[in-house]
Amino acid sequence: MTFVKTKIELSKLKSGDTLEVLLTEGEPLENVPRSSTEQGFTVLSITEAEVKGTHKVVIQK
Amino acid sequence: MATTEIKLDPNTKKLSLIGFSGDFDKLVAVFTLATGAAAVGYEVNLFFTFWGLDGIKIKQGRSPVGKGFLPKVFGVFMGGLKSAPVSRLNFGGISPKIFRYLMRKNNVATLEELVEAAKVLNVNFYACEMAMHILGIQKSDLISEVKEVLGVASFLKIADGGQTLFI
Repeated sequence: MTFVKTKIELSKLKSGDTLEVLLTEGEPLENVPRSSTEQGFTVLSITEAEVKGTHKVVIQK
Repeated sequence: MATTEIKLDPNTKKLSLIGFSGDFDKLVAVFTLATGAAAVGYEVNLFFTFWGLDGIKIKQGRSPVGKGFLPKVFGVFMGGLKSAPVSRLNFGGISPKIFRYLMRKNNVATLEELVEAAKVLNVNFYACEMAMHILGIQKSDLISEVKEVLGVASFLKIADGGQTLFI
């Protein structure tokens, strides 16, 4: 479902816009960047977020 | 509601789900699979039949939906999405409320959110003609996203070449 929400938010953006997604470690952090790349989006960065165990992923449409 | 721009090409993978059950947990399974597949570019077709039709009624609570006395009685007893029972340990309708609470608490999409996501992701909704006939349900009783009312042969044609699951 995490990628479903990400995909819906990405669909609202214009080409070139970026989306920041906060993801917990494990399946969401593995799945969302991989699926985003497969769907033709660009993962610009993955960095640790303030909350322990979460990461900020920046995806460009 | 706005829909996403999903361009399908001839190589698009296809997932077709037969939604037979009106149970809360099984509807969650239908819409989780549907939205997950649609998000990664699958063509997704949902064919609702018998109790599965309860999940796509406009009136989501218990309501005398249907044409004729018996269908209206069924409509009141079965209701729609918001009154869907869980398949085990329903406890008179308390369990679905507990599930909804747990889903929100754990930041998991609720059944209603999954259905809305399916609409946004351009999932194709179909309804079974025969089941609608038996249950006295008309297309106008169902959500507007239902593209067509179909028979088995037409659904098989749509599902041809992809994976099909019965839930």
